[in-house]
Order: sequence, then C-alpha cells, then structure tokens
Amino acid sequence: MTAFSAARAPARALSWVSKGFVQIVLLGIAIFWLLPTLGLFVASLRSEADNTNTGWWTVFTKPAELTVSNYQKLLSGGGFTASFWNTIWITVPATLLVVLIASLAAYAFAWVDFPGRDWVFLVVVGLLVVPIQVALIPVARLYGLIGIFGSIPGVVLFHVAFGLPFAIFLLRNFFMGIPRELLEAARIDGCGDLTIFFRVVLPLGKPAIASLGIFQFMWVWNDLLVSLVFANTDSQPMTKALQAQMRQFGANIDVLAPGAFLSLIVPLVVFFAFQRHFVQGLLAGSVK
Amino acid sequence: MALGFLLPALALLGALVVYPIVFSAYRSMFDASGNTFVGAHNYTRIFTDADSRTAMRNTLIWVVVAPSLVTVLGLIFAVLTERIRWASAFKMIVFMPMAVSFLASGVIFRLVYEGDPHRGVINAVLTTVHDTFSSSSVYPGAIARPGSPLTPAPGNAFVTTTGIQPGHMVLLPLVGLPAAQLPKSATQAVPAPAPPPDGISGTVWLDFTRGGGGVQNHVDPAEKGLPGIRVQAVQAGKAVASTTTGPDGTFAFTKLPAGTYTLKLPGGNFAAPYQGVTWLGPSLITPAIIGAYIWIWAGFAMVLIAAGLAAIPRDVLEAARMDGASEWHLFRRITVPLLAPVLTVVFVTLVINVLKVFDLVFIIAPGSVQPQATVLALEMWRVSFGGGADQGAGSAMAIFLCLLVSPAIFFNLRRFRQEQ
Repeated sequence: MTAFSAARAPARALSWVSKGFVQIVLLGIAIFWLLPTLGLFVASLRSEADNTNTGWWTVFTKPAELTVSNYQKLLSGGGFTASFWNTIWITVPATLLVVLIASLAAYAFAWVDFPGRDWVFLVVVGLLVVPIQVALIPVARLYGLIGIFGSIPGVVLFHVAFGLPFAIFLLRNFFMGIPRELLEAARIDGCGDLTIFFRVVLPLGKPAIASLGIFQFMWVWNDLLVSLVFANTDSQPMTKALQAQMRQFGANIDVLAPGAFLSLIVPLVVFFAFQRHFVQGLLAGSVK
Repeated sequence: MALGFLLPALALLGALVVYPIVFSAYRSMFDASGNTFVGAHNYTRIFTDADSRTAMRNTLIWVVVAPSLVTVLGLIFAVLTERIRWASAFKMIVFMPMAVSFLASGVIFRLVYEGDPHRGVINAVLTTVHDTFSSSSVYPGAIARPGSPLTPAPGNAFVTTTGIQPGHMVLLPLVGLPAAQLPKSATQAVPAPAPPPDGISGTVWLDFTRGGGGVQNHVDPAEKGLPGIRVQAVQAGKAVASTTTGPDGTFAFTKLPAGTYTLKLPGGNFAAPYQGVTWLGPSLITPAIIGAYIWIWAGFAMVLIAAGLAAIPRDVLEAARMDGASEWHLFRRITVPLLAPVLTVVFVTLVINVLKVFDLVFIIAPGSVQPQATVLALEMWRVSFGGGADQGAGSAMAIFLCLLVSPAIFFNLRRFRQEQ
C-alpha cells in the first residue's frame, strides 16, 4: 500500500503543479478581462486634465485624483439625462411588445392547426439571420411616408420587427413542450384560445419569456445602428448621444467615460440579476 | 382564429423585414437618384470601387480570423474552468462584456489602445517592458550647431564633415536639448586636453548659454558637457574605435593607427524614445478591433461550450482514463469530437455575427482611419447615410450582405428539422 502511494506521489505532485499553473493562468485571464472596464470606470472618475496628462492607473499612487465632477457635469447638462429617458422609452416598449406579439404568434405556431403552418414558421426561422442593414433604406423611406421618421415609435417598431423571428422561434419551441393534456383539459372546461393563452400558456412559459425579455432588453438598450438611422436629436438614446461625442475622443473623455459607464451599468445589473435566464436563452436559441 | 394570433407578428415582419428585402433588391438596380435604371452596375461597383473593396477585404479578414479565434479561446476557457473551484466567478467575469454595448466597449478600447504611452494601457506596458530591456536614449531631438564640424547622418546619427588626423582636438557642439533634460551627472563643459600624437580628443557639449551670451561653437562658462554619449572613430566606413564622453563632455581615443578619421555620434544617442505601437493607425486598426471583439464574444463561446461539456457522459471519460489515456488524448479523441455539434453552432453563429459587425468598427476606428477599417456592414451605412448618400449602391451592398449570410438559413433549417 505504501509502495503504491509512493509510486503515485510524483504523478500527484505533477498534477498539483499543473493545477496551480491553471489557477494562475485563469487568474491572469480574469484580471485581463476586468482591466478594460475598470479602466473606463477609473477614467470616468478623473478630471479631464488628469485624463489628458496621465493614464488612469496613476490613481493607485494618487487616489486624491478621484472626483465625481464628471458625473455631476454630465447629469446637470440635461442633454444626457434626456437621452437616458429616451433609452428607457425605447427599450421598455420594444421589450414588452416583442414578448406579447411573439408569444401570441408562438402559441399559434405551436398549438393552433391551420393550413401552411409549418411553411410559415420555416419562413420566420429563415428571417432569423436577415441583417438589419437590408431594411435601413426601405424602412427610412416608409417611415418618411407615414411620418414617424425620427420618432421614438419608429425606433421601437423597428426593434420589435427585428426581434420577432428570434422571439417566435424561442417561444414556439418552449410552448411545444407544454403537455398537451393541460391544454385539452382547459379546452374541455370550455376555455377559448385566448383564455388558454393567458391562463395556461403564458404562466407556464414564464422561464422562456424571462430569457427572451432579458435578451431583447439588452439588444435594444445596447443598439446603436437603428437609432443612428431612425432617431433624431430629440428621440436619440444614450448610445447615439455618446457616439456624437466620439469625433473628439481625447477632448470629450470627461463626457464619454462617465456616459459610457452609466449606459453600461443598467444592462450589467440586469445581467447579474438574471444571469441564469440570460444563459438559458443563449443555449436555447443561438445562431442569429 | 389563428390569424388573430399571428396578425400582429406577420404584419410587422411583412412591412419591416420582408418588404424591405424586396424593395432593397429593386432599389439596388437604380442609381443614387433612384430614377435611372442601371441594372447590375451597383453590384459590379462593389467589386471595383476602392472603398468597398477594402470593406470586402476586411470582412474577409474578420470572417477568417475572428470566429475561429473566439471558438478556440472559448473551448480553452471552458475546458480549463472545469479544473478550478471558482469556475462560476471566472465565467461571470469573462461573460460580462456580452452585456455591455458595443458603444461602451468601443469607448473602453479606445482608452486601451490610446497611442500615447502615458494614457493607453497597452502602450504603457509595452514601453515599460521595452525600456527595462533596452535603455532609451538620453538626448532625443538634439541638433548640430550650424557651423560646427557635425552634420546629420542617416539614422539620427551625426558625423564630422572633415577628416581628422590623430593628434588633434575637436569640439562637437549640439543644441536643441532642454537644459532641464540633461542628466544630473553633467558638469561644466571643458575643452578636452590635447591628445597624444596617436590619439584624438574632443568635447561634446550643449552649446547654449542660458539667458543669452556665449560664443557659438566655443565652450563658454555655464555650458554643460553631455555625458554618456558614444563616439566612434570611423575609417573607410568602418568604426575602428569607440568611447564614451565623461561628465564634462570630454572623450579621448588613443593608439589610433595613422590615417584620416571621421568621428561619428551613433543614432542610438539621439533616437526618439520608444512610443509603443500605433494601434489605431491604418495598418493595425483591423487586428486591434478584432481584439476588442474577442474580448466581448469569448464569454459567449465559453458558456455554450461549457454547457456542451457538461452534457458529455462522465463514464465515457472515466472509462478512457482507466484504460490509461492521457488528458490530451482524452481531449483530442473524446471531448472535441463529442463537442463538434456545439462547436459548429458557436462557429456559425459567430460567422454570421462577424458579417454584420458594425458598431465596434464604427466606434473604435477614429474618423480618419475609417476608410481603412471599414467592413461591409459599416460601408453600407457610410455609402447610404454617412455622407455617401447613394442609396442605390447602399441597397446593393445590403443585398450582397444578405446573400453572404443566407447559407446560415439552411444551416438553421437543418438544425431545426433535426430537433423536431
């Protein structure tokens, strides 16, 4: 027994060393991954002059440089606060509408029989990968005709339309998993499709709806291209407002760093709060 | 009944997704004004116009480089995290950038890639490492005093214009250096003592008297020597001897063979300090942005692959281990083949995503470098909205982009069929 474990000792020591090595490598990678965001955060807490002259890492030797004045200036300006509210007014309706419209459609695709159902669904799946670039010019023209170009509803509708294929795909697959007996029992009790949808399918579909809602929220909150084309300066979200400052990156760092940090803090909080749903949504429906 | 449930979705998809595809295809056959039919001209333009060719080339680089790097990195992370206790913390950290907008990531990486080593973190690290291993020059920006025996030579060096015979003393005045920048060891410059018959001596000093006064090309009081400058005695293009100046700027060669020499102050004395790498310049911009992309998407690949890894039956691995297979062998022969479907999904997702990459390039590439950094998705916007105002060409580019991603539709449909 002793001889046996003695023979294994070198191998164990080796595996212990390699384990320690893996730990160190992963620790290095984790720091490497955190550093850029930390840099942004620290830069947002330093005055413009400090940022122009030295790198953010100098705060570790001179903590006195830290100040919240950038944030105070940014939030008292009014323009940024307005764009923050625009982001909310775009993101919340776009998320709710996608969830509602997609779950209605997903229910029909999963549980209502109608001719050509599978073909229509395949077309929707096909639309998953359509790049939004292809719709920019035609929809800009369409919005011009009906007079919602540059408005928040225009931006919202665009986000809803391009969120639908993924949303329908995700929810339909989930709804298919609901036991048929549950739906039939409800039907025997005399419930119509609408009642079944609200009383049975929506409550049971909560996990998938949560994943979808978080995804859609993040996409819309983080979008730049759609608002770049369809929003004007009154309806622009934070991303577009900040993008306008990028031209003078060095000179505007006192606006860009705190602005970017404020714009990322909400999705980050959502991400940490609902991490499980986020990952589940990812697993359920990649390839978009 | 079904129609009622489907109507809102189908109406929106029809008006804002399907109709635009049809309209773009139609619009792509007209010129910028939209009135003149030009047939396939806009499409041939994509392949001939310089800007859109750059965009195509960059998109190709992106597709070839980014998805495979991200997938491999995700695989490595997923496998390695199986061996640590804090795997979920690690995954959270690496996955976090996925929640951040491309705009914020762009701002983050503009800070990272900032060229000035005092501000950009990568260049700060690079210059620190560089200066640790090779000392940077002490006298960047020095110039020869006009009328002195020195003249600039290639590579920041200075040489004497006239030949010097052994037995002579030479004065080598330099200017253009801030007095505050001189090393602390520098002392009052003095003319070097006359050399022996087989030697050459001289003084290298800062020929500038603060507050005026002083005679040019003459060692005046209150002028300091330049210590630590390498001086070479060159004969027939070959350095035959070399020495270094002292605190008072003097140097001396001895035991030189007879002949005529020129003195050279090599460029190493005056080279500008190492400034790191110009990440945001035209040549490195695409790799730099791909770096930021990897930072964002590695977590996505890692999470998906880790889920696939968790689904691999443990007993298969255990059985192979019992048979004495090495870890590397297990990885190559069992883990990777069993992960193949997941790896394919990750890879295809990333290819589609890379084809559409817009924000990151738009934000990280400074305006002046955008023509070199542009990709198809960005070029489409630039041509039709960002100053180009040619919606015919823009539509053609959008349709072209659609065609590029369309194989993924069949991939999706096949996968969907299999799941049924």
